[in-house]
Amino acid sequence: MAEKLKLEMVTPYKKVLSEEVDEIIAPGVVGELGLLPGHTPLLTTLKVGELTYRKGSASFHVAVNWGYVEVEEDAVTVLVETAEPADEIDLARAKAALGRAEEALKKLSTEDKEYRVMEAALERAMIRIQVAGRKSR
Amino acid sequence: MANLKDIKKRIGTVKNTQQITKAMKMVSAAKLRRAQEAVVAARPYADKLAEVLSSMASREMEENHPLLEQREKKTALLLVVTADRGLCGGFNSNIAKAAEAFMRENSQGFESYKLRIVGRKGNELLKRRQGAAIDKVYENITGSISYATAALLGQEVVSDYESEQFDAVFIIYNRFHSAINQEVTTAQLLPIIPEISEEDRYVADYIYEPSCGEVLDSILPKYVEVQVFRALLESVASEHGARMSSMDSASKNAAEMINKLTLKYNRARQAAITTELMEIISGAESIK
Repeated sequence: MAEKLKLEMVTPYKKVLSEEVDEIIAPGVVGELGLLPGHTPLLTTLKVGELTYRKGSASFHVAVNWGYVEVEEDAVTVLVETAEPADEIDLARAKAALGRAEEALKKLSTEDKEYRVMEAALERAMIRIQVAGRKSR
Repeated sequence: MANLKDIKKRIGTVKNTQQITKAMKMVSAAKLRRAQEAVVAARPYADKLAEVLSSMASREMEENHPLLEQREKKTALLLVVTADRGLCGGFNSNIAKAAEAFMRENSQGFESYKLRIVGRKGNELLKRRQGAAIDKVYENITGSISYATAALLGQEVVSDYESEQFDAVFIIYNRFHSAINQEVTTAQLLPIIPEISEEDRYVADYIYEPSCGEVLDSILPKYVEVQVFRALLESVASEHGARMSSMDSASKNAAEMINKLTLKYNRARQAAITTELMEIISGAESIK
């Protein structure tokens, strides 16, 4: 059993991460998911959320948006549509997006097509703010 | 003397044209670099997704998913990727020709074809053709490709496929090799044919969350989106490459023409001077 997990995170625009890590906590679609070395092969969908990985004693947080995690032989592949590390998040922009989404949601009824779009936007913005808040830790 | 003036004018026009073609070449070169980077950046994601799909395929493909199933071959959709603008050599016409050939040869035996075209030029070239209905045209999206645009296009194709508007989908685009080399490529988008890798990797029982079927449900449409995204990026890079090389040869031709015209101009000037001298000398002779 290897002692480290090889984490690879890719989005359609670039390869975000390729690192050796000790532990990964991913936002699985049926709940949070902790991955340690020696994990059994797994394929799961992710929801919008916060992915945390630990290297030694340092933790890193990434806001991810919809994707997959594949675990095979201590290689963890994360395929996501967007991935933003905590220190790359523009807090002001995220807050503005949150405000916009909240405004739009007030006006729309639950039947509107746009409602779900805005709801997703709201969720993303909230996650971004949450992750950005962990920057200093 | 009128002749001299004419030649000078010609040289001026050719020089102007050369300046334009040179500028276009520079612009294309800059855009090409960016497009090329985008193609390279998108590769890991597409490769990984294909990998995940193939590793799933090698295990549990007995699951019948509508996007994997071969249907009766009635109508096929061709997704033709061209550019919005011309002046890029055979870029657009090659694609149009390939699409026409594909429909004419009909090697897979479909009853009819529908076309969805990306890019204004492709529409212009293909709308005159009879026998294929142009379903939709997407214009002005190749300027800056975002994943969201490609995803939208892909989702539309997938949902129309599911509602059985067509029974197979092919994509025709220019694959980018290098700035001077593009290759017209036809690929099948739907039904999806997963590439099952021959090398027998360590086969383990996967845990699927929430379930294998649900994971497939979300991964297959995604795969189509990514294929479309990649094709669009490749096509854009190819377009700039094609334009760059055709503008380069246009600039070279202009330079050659300027050389020829300058030679002609100098000859004419010399001839004019000689005749003038002859006139003066003969005039002086006659006074003596």
